Amino acid sequence: MSDPDTVTDTGATTSPDTATSSDTATGAQSSGAGPAAPRPGVEGTEAPAGTPAGDRNHVARVLGVLTNADRVQNLILLAVIVIIAAFVTSRQPAFLTWGNLSIAVTGTIILFGLTGLVELLVIIVGGLDISVGSIVGLSSVVGALVWTHTGQNGGLAVLSALLIGLLCGLANGLLIIYGRVNPFIATLATLAAFKGIGQVLSDGGAIGSGFASNAIFIFIQRGSVAGLPTQLFILVIVALALAFLLLYTDIGRNVYAIGGNPTAARLAGVNINRYVLAVYLVVGFVAAIAGVILMARQGFGQQTGSVDGLELKAVTVAALGGASLRGGRGGVLGAALAIVLLGFLENGMNVLNINTFWQNVAQGTLLLIAVIAQQRRRKERAIGIPD
Amino acid sequence: MTSTGPGTEPPIALRMTGVSKRFGPVRALRDVSVEFRAGEVTALMGENGAGKSTLLKVLIGALPIDEGTVELDGRPVTFADPTASRAAGVRVVAQEPEIIPHVSVAENIFVGALPARRRLFRKGELVAKATELIVRYGFGQVLHPETVGSRLTPAQRQLVEILRALTDQPRVIAFDEPTSSLSDGEVELLFTLIRRLREQGVAVIYVSHRLKEVFALGDRIAVLRDGAHVGTRPVAGTSERSASGTSMVTEAELIRMMVGRDLSSLYHDEVPRPTPGDVVLDVAGVSSADVHDISFQVRAGEIVGLAGLIGAGRSELVRALIGAEPITGGSVTFQGNVRRFHSPKDAVRAGIGLAPEERKAEALFMQRSVRENTATAIYDRIRRFRVINRKAERATVATFLERLRVRTPGMEYPVSNLSGGNQQKVVLARWLARNPALLILDEPTRGVDVGAKSEIYAIIHELAATGIAILMVSSELPEVLGLADRIIVMQNGRITGELARAEATEEGVLALAMADDLSDLVVGLQTETSGAAT
Repeated sequence: MSDPDTVTDTGATTSPDTATSSDTATGAQSSGAGPAAPRPGVEGTEAPAGTPAGDRNHVARVLGVLTNADRVQNLILLAVIVIIAAFVTSRQPAFLTWGNLSIAVTGTIILFGLTGLVELLVIIVGGLDISVGSIVGLSSVVGALVWTHTGQNGGLAVLSALLIGLLCGLANGLLIIYGRVNPFIATLATLAAFKGIGQVLSDGGAIGSGFASNAIFIFIQRGSVAGLPTQLFILVIVALALAFLLLYTDIGRNVYAIGGNPTAARLAGVNINRYVLAVYLVVGFVAAIAGVILMARQGFGQQTGSVDGLELKAVTVAALGGASLRGGRGGVLGAALAIVLLGFLENGMNVLNINTFWQNVAQGTLLLIAVIAQQRRRKERAIGIPD
Repeated sequence: MTSTGPGTEPPIALRMTGVSKRFGPVRALRDVSVEFRAGEVTALMGENGAGKSTLLKVLIGALPIDEGTVELDGRPVTFADPTASRAAGVRVVAQEPEIIPHVSVAENIFVGALPARRRLFRKGELVAKATELIVRYGFGQVLHPETVGSRLTPAQRQLVEILRALTDQPRVIAFDEPTSSLSDGEVELLFTLIRRLREQGVAVIYVSHRLKEVFALGDRIAVLRDGAHVGTRPVAGTSERSASGTSMVTEAELIRMMVGRDLSSLYHDEVPRPTPGDVVLDVAGVSSADVHDISFQVRAGEIVGLAGLIGAGRSELVRALIGAEPITGGSVTFQGNVRRFHSPKDAVRAGIGLAPEERKAEALFMQRSVRENTATAIYDRIRRFRVINRKAERATVATFLERLRVRTPGMEYPVSNLSGGNQQKVVLARWLARNPALLILDEPTRGVDVGAKSEIYAIIHELAATGIAILMVSSELPEVLGLADRIIVMQNGRITGELARAEATEEGVLALAMADDLSDLVVGLQTETSGAAT
């Protein structure tokens, strides 16, 4: 599923990584003494587009893929995915079949996939949202309540769920911007609050029934678009949209700018508040889409179950994808690979009948290995608490 | 050297022999052999990227040496890390000191060596020790031991960093551009301190871009160029050491040693200045939290300098003008319309650009490419349905990088790889690409080497010649005097006077900048003249 995404991502971002970029970076970071003067061997690696240096550019680009820290991380992810796939397939040949993988997508992948992608966005802009799991649950509960009280009106149920998601995002954004609350604390509070509201509304149980007879929910759960199962299609569309936003629009540039240096972004004329608010709205909206899918999948709305611990998985996806909690870094390609990896891991262990508790162990270990490998590549000195 | 008498050379405290350091293909230090004598101030000069910082880093063991040896008092030494060099008595006073924001000055000074008994922290003793240290070095008037770190001015932060270095009686102490954030009065204080250290027999290494300081303070000047030691020359006029026979170094010669070429005129005075056009910015009685009743005008094609001591409110004023801080009174008329900018975005859209004081903290996205850093302010002009036209982006960026002669291996390189001068040019290129009606430059040449400075001055002239109104905040008097058509002087958040280029002298500007410290009568006169001028 990450194929089309791979194309856009590499096509647009490999150009910064010429063959010598890592060398130059090391030199200049440590001294400022380095490459102020143009050096003959280096020029031409990034000649203006359309010059005869194209071939060399291509070679440099390939080398860049191999040397850049973020790309190394992506290669590691890819390698682990291949290893897992090979291992599981050798034990259980049915693993790498369309049927099994579709089940995996409509299983849990869709939930942490969607929330992980938007978590990536919010982390790049320099924020954090750990209330996503609660938003998914709350929107499913509200959607199911509307469904029940409007005589099973599917359209209204979906609309109300999405509206609730937007409201949750709005609350988070306003708390952070105008309440001046740190994003972690703010969304820690709303994690509890949204969850509590959902539990009160649902009385802690499952809400609604008969979703399986509604065309909208049948389409979401079992339909297909362009040859893809609906849920996979939604995931791919969200990933592509996010990649496009980050790579090709001024919005994406400004998102990276705000995450990298908010003061500079503001002085350069970026309305930071508007962007932060919009990002939290997007998070709420996409989490609500996940809530609607949850309704379709399990046939009721519920504040517990699949949504428990979803926020942690979402952050895992973003971190595996190369996002730094300081903001300004990360890409959709990495996050997409992370989603595939976590999905393979989970489904693979299910297929092999391995105790689900081990999945948590494996997931945690993997995250640590990936992040440590990334930090080693960046050659940060081992002193105190890292940024 | 006063104790050793004329003729005899003071002993060498620190000697580096054949020191080399590489970063990948870049040779940051090439076979550097240099000596630093006890009881002398050796100024270390060179353009940005010449290897000064690297030299200091290998000196204290923050970076390992590839080749060569270091001797301290005649004994070869290798420092594994800064802690080891510190124990041996070699210290570097960082340019941008790390101050812990939530603890007192006293704790900041003694951090890592707090007085304690059986791990019980003794606050009384700490404050007493800190007070003693502060008073001993003559900072009693400017630094209080119980002030909290976050409330310190840049100058005070610098003092804390210096006092840290002095806590354990160093043999060699290096200052890395200590005056870049200090006002003139504070610089004088620092010089007194450095001279006292020299008398105590400490070998002082003084890294600076400012020729005047180097000649005022240095006994010798060591020059680095492209990582190599070009030479060390005694400074004229400081003592009778001219007896040694080596020729004394002059400013022109020094600049030639640093850049390998002559700089005929740093400020490009020979360029004819165009007559100013219409009033672009008219500030009338503007007040904000930090500035009061500010009135002045800037015309198209005019360069107006905003002078004053550190803390005079100049940066606060320009931040208020572009809407980064709220204006509480008065009016701003921009291009004929009364405007109230509520955010920098409004100001940018209207046609104002600000190149802020702290390049790295306020202007650049260090992880991003030169291209993105240059294009930051023009996205709204090169997009279509929110999608950026990459071809147009590259073309525009390439045009302005070339026009400003930005030295970078390519526009896709992270801006963090560039030298300070080239980073500043990227910031200028960003605003040039937007072509604003008013460009505000806050300390445009801070931390920039002489060669790049000259280029930046030329760029400023060029911009003004195209009709852009320029408001330039600068703490370097020669810079303001050399560039500005008019000079507005501020103190304590108020304008204390305005001088035309012809009548401005360093003394005149300084007198206005310190008006409050002079007699009431003088202040009264100056407020009158400034009132008449505006």
